[in-house]
Amino acid sequence: MAEGQNQGRPDTAAPAIELTGISKAFGPVQANKDISIRVMPGTIHGIIGENGAGKSTLMSILYGFYKADAGEIFINGNKTEIPDSQAAIAAGIGMVFQHFKLVQNFTVLENVVLGAEEGAMLRPSLAKARQLLTDLADEYELHVDPDSIVEDLSVGHQQRVEILKALYRQADILILDEPTGVLTPAEADQLFRILARLREEGKTIILITHKLREIMEITNTVSVMRRGEMTATVKTSETSPEHLAELMVGRKVLLHVDKPKANPGEVVLDLKNLRYVDEQGVERLKGIDLTLRKGEILGIAGVAGNGQSALLEVLGGYADGTGEATLKGAPLPLAGRGSDGRSRRHSGIGHVPEDRQNEGLIMEFTAWENMAFGYHHEPEYQKNPLLMDNAGIQAKAAASMERFDVRPPNPKLKAKNFSGGNQQKIVVAREIEAHPDVLLIGQPTRGVDIGAIEFIHQQIIDLRDQGVAILLVSVELDEIFSLSDRIAVMFDGHIMGERMPDETDEKEVGLLMAGIVEKAA
Amino acid sequence: MDKMPRWADVALIPLINILLAFILAGLVVLAIGQNPFDMVYFMIKGALGSTRGIGYTLYYTTNFIFTGLAFSVAMHAKLFNIGGEGQAAVGGIGTALVLLAVPWPHWTLALPFAVIGAAVFGAGWAAIPAYLQAKRGSHIVITTIMFNFIAGALSIYLLNGVLKKPDQQAAETRQFGDGAHLPTFNEMLSPFGIEFSKSAPVNFSFVLAIAAAVLVWLLIWRTRLGYDIRAFGNSESATAYAGISSVRVTIIAMLISGGLSGLLAINVVMGEAERLILNFVEGAGFMGIAVALMGRNHPFGIVLAAFLFGMLNQGGFELLWEMPGISREMVLVIQALIIIFTGALVNMTRDPLERFFIRMNKRAG
Repeated sequence: MAEGQNQGRPDTAAPAIELTGISKAFGPVQANKDISIRVMPGTIHGIIGENGAGKSTLMSILYGFYKADAGEIFINGNKTEIPDSQAAIAAGIGMVFQHFKLVQNFTVLENVVLGAEEGAMLRPSLAKARQLLTDLADEYELHVDPDSIVEDLSVGHQQRVEILKALYRQADILILDEPTGVLTPAEADQLFRILARLREEGKTIILITHKLREIMEITNTVSVMRRGEMTATVKTSETSPEHLAELMVGRKVLLHVDKPKANPGEVVLDLKNLRYVDEQGVERLKGIDLTLRKGEILGIAGVAGNGQSALLEVLGGYADGTGEATLKGAPLPLAGRGSDGRSRRHSGIGHVPEDRQNEGLIMEFTAWENMAFGYHHEPEYQKNPLLMDNAGIQAKAAASMERFDVRPPNPKLKAKNFSGGNQQKIVVAREIEAHPDVLLIGQPTRGVDIGAIEFIHQQIIDLRDQGVAILLVSVELDEIFSLSDRIAVMFDGHIMGERMPDETDEKEVGLLMAGIVEKAA
Repeated sequence: MDKMPRWADVALIPLINILLAFILAGLVVLAIGQNPFDMVYFMIKGALGSTRGIGYTLYYTTNFIFTGLAFSVAMHAKLFNIGGEGQAAVGGIGTALVLLAVPWPHWTLALPFAVIGAAVFGAGWAAIPAYLQAKRGSHIVITTIMFNFIAGALSIYLLNGVLKKPDQQAAETRQFGDGAHLPTFNEMLSPFGIEFSKSAPVNFSFVLAIAAAVLVWLLIWRTRLGYDIRAFGNSESATAYAGISSVRVTIIAMLISGGLSGLLAINVVMGEAERLILNFVEGAGFMGIAVALMGRNHPFGIVLAAFLFGMLNQGGFELLWEMPGISREMVLVIQALIIIFTGALVNMTRDPLERFFIRMNKRAG
C-alpha cells in the first residue's frame, strides 16, 4: 500500500524539510549527533528507533522546544530559524503529541480555536472555525462533532481533534509522535486511512514510531535512528522489517520468540465468578472464570479497557473484588484484610504492572530503592527490627541489574533517569527475583525498545520453564501470540473464550476481541 | 544525569538567596536613611557577638529545629502541615499538665514525661486533620490552618479558666517548680569551666532537638515506615500497587509531625518560661515551613537553616537596641524579606544557575 499513492512529485523538488548537521546535547548525553535528513513533500516519512535513540529530541528541535547546538533547518528550501513553537506553526509545521494537549472539558471547537482566537470576542472566531472545520472534515474525512466535549470522545477521536488543530493552523507538515500507542487496532487503521488521505492532498507527514508494522504499512521512506545518530534512510519498498530491526538495534533481532513446548502442571490460581465494580459504579469484571497452571503462560487478549486492567488490579491486590479465588489450594481473599498488594506478594503473587512509571516504580527513588519496592517489609530486607538493610538491598540490586542487563548498571541512579526499556527491566528483575509462584504481567513491553523486548520475552519464557504460572495481559496481539501457551480473550468484562495459539489465528481472536463469537465447529 | 553539581544545589543556591535578601533589605534600610552595613554588623554581632547573643540564637534555633523537622516529616508524605503553630500550642498544654500534675523531684525524671505529654498532645492535635484528610479527603492545608485558630482559642480559654494561677490577673499557670527546671547552658557548661551567659534561655532542649534531628534522619531514610512515607509522598498510585496503606501513612506521618511540633513546648514552656503562658509559640510554627523549605526537608539542612533563622531572630531584636532609627516593623520587614528569599523563592535562582552550569559544562567538555 506504500507505493502508488505518492503524488508523483519529482525527487528534484525542494524537500519540505531538510535538516543538516543537527546536534544536541543534554549535559554529557549527546541526544542528537550530526543528523541530516530530507523529507520530500507529499510523502509519509517514518522515523524509527529504540527509546532514547533521539527521535523525540529531533522533533522537539524541529518544533522549537529545544534549540539545536549546531545545524540548520530548511523548510521548503528556505533556511528557517525555529526558536519556539509559534515559529514552527508559522512555518507550517503541526505536531500531534503522544499525550494529547487538549482541554478535557472544552468542546472540540473550543479546543481547535484555543490559542488561535482572533479579537477579544470569541463568537466570530468560533463561527469561522466551525465553517473551516466542516470543510476540513469533508476534505480529509476527519469527521468529529464540533460541539462534543472532548472528554466524552474516544481516544481515536481526540487524536483527530489534535490533527484538526494542526490543520486549522494551516500546517502543511504534520509530525505525529507514536500516534498509535493509545489506539485500538481498528482506530489505528482509521488513522492510517486519514494519513493516506492527507498525503493525497499533498501534506507532508513525519511519523515517529517504534512499531515496524506501521512503518511498512504506511510510509514512503524511513529513517532509522540509533543512539542519537541517523544510521540509515531507505525507501520502504526496498526494505524489510527484519532489516529495519537490525538497523535499529545494530544487530540481528529475533522477532519471533522460539520457545519450547510448555509443560503445564497443577492448577495454581483458580478464579470463579470474579466480579469487580469500580469507584464510578461501573462493573468492570462480570464473572470471570479462569484457571492458571504451573509452568504455563496464559495470555489475556483484548482491546484496552475491556476489563484486563481491572483483572490485574483485583489480583494484584489494589482493588476489591467479589467471587471465589484459590491460590495453591488455599482461599485468596479478594477484599478487606489480607487482600492488599503486600499480602499478595507475601503469598507468592508477583506483579509487573501495566503502568510502570506511576505504579511499578517511584521515579524519584534510586534504582536500588526501587528494587525493594513492594517487598521492603519482607524480613530479608531488614537489618534489625527497626532499620532496613540498605547496604544489603544495594548489593542485591547491583547484582540483579547486572543479571538483567539494566543500563547503566548503577543502582544509585534515580529511576527517572533510566530509559523506558531499562525501567521496565528494573521492574521485571524485581518481580522475578522475588521468586513468585504466580506472576501477573501487564503490557510487559509497552514503550520498550526492540532490544529490551527480546530480552524481557526471553525472561518470561525462562520463568515459565522454571514452573511459574504467568498471567500475561497485553494489547499487542503479536505479543500474546508469540508468548502464550493458552489465550483467553476479554470483552466487556467477560471472557469470550479460550483458544490454543496454534489452533487459532489473529482473525478469530480479533473477532472475539470485538465481542463476536463465531459459530464455527 | 543531574544538570548541576550537588554542592551548588544544596549550598550555593541558599547562599545566593541570602545574599539577594540582604541586598534588598539593605536597599530598604538605605531608603529610610540608615546605614545598611551597620545593620548587617549589628545583626551578626547581636546574634553571635556574645555568649548571651549565642544563647538566644540557639534558643530560637531549638524552636525552629523542632518545627522545621515537624513540617519536613509531613512534607515527605506530600502533606503540607501548616498547623505547626497550633500543634505546638496544644503541646504546651500537654507539657504544662504533666508538670503541674506531679511535684517532680528532679528534671531527669520530669523530662521524659513532659516529652511524652508534649508529643502526645501535639500529635493529638494533628490527628483530627490527619483523619479527615485520610478518610474524608478534607484538604490538610485548610483543616490545619483552622486548627491553629481553635488551638489559640483553647489556650485562651484554659489559661483564663482551670489552668490559671489563682488570685492573679495574668493568663498563665503557676510556676512548675524547681524539680522541673531544665538546666540552662550556663548550668551545663560551668562544670567544664566554660563561662556561658546566665541570662540566655538556651537549655537542655537544644540537645533534645539535635537528637530529634538524628532520629528523623533515621526514620526517613533507614526505616520501613520512612520508606513508606517517602514512597507515598512521591507516588500515591504506586503505593496502592505496593500495598502501602495511604490512610496509615497519612495518619502516622501527621502524628509524628504534630508530635515534633509539640516538642517546641519543652524548650519554651518547660525550659524558658517554666510555666504556661499565652502565645508562647510566637510564629515558630510557621517559621518551621521556611526552615524546612530552605533545609530541603533534610534534617541536616534543617538544623543549619534553623540556626540561620535563629540568628536572624536574635539579630533582629538586637537591631532595635543598637539602631534606634530602625523600628520594630522595619526589623520585621527585613526578617520577612530573608524568609521570602530563602524559603518561598528558593527555586527562583535555580533555573538561571542551572543554565549557567550547563554552559560551563559545555565549554569544559
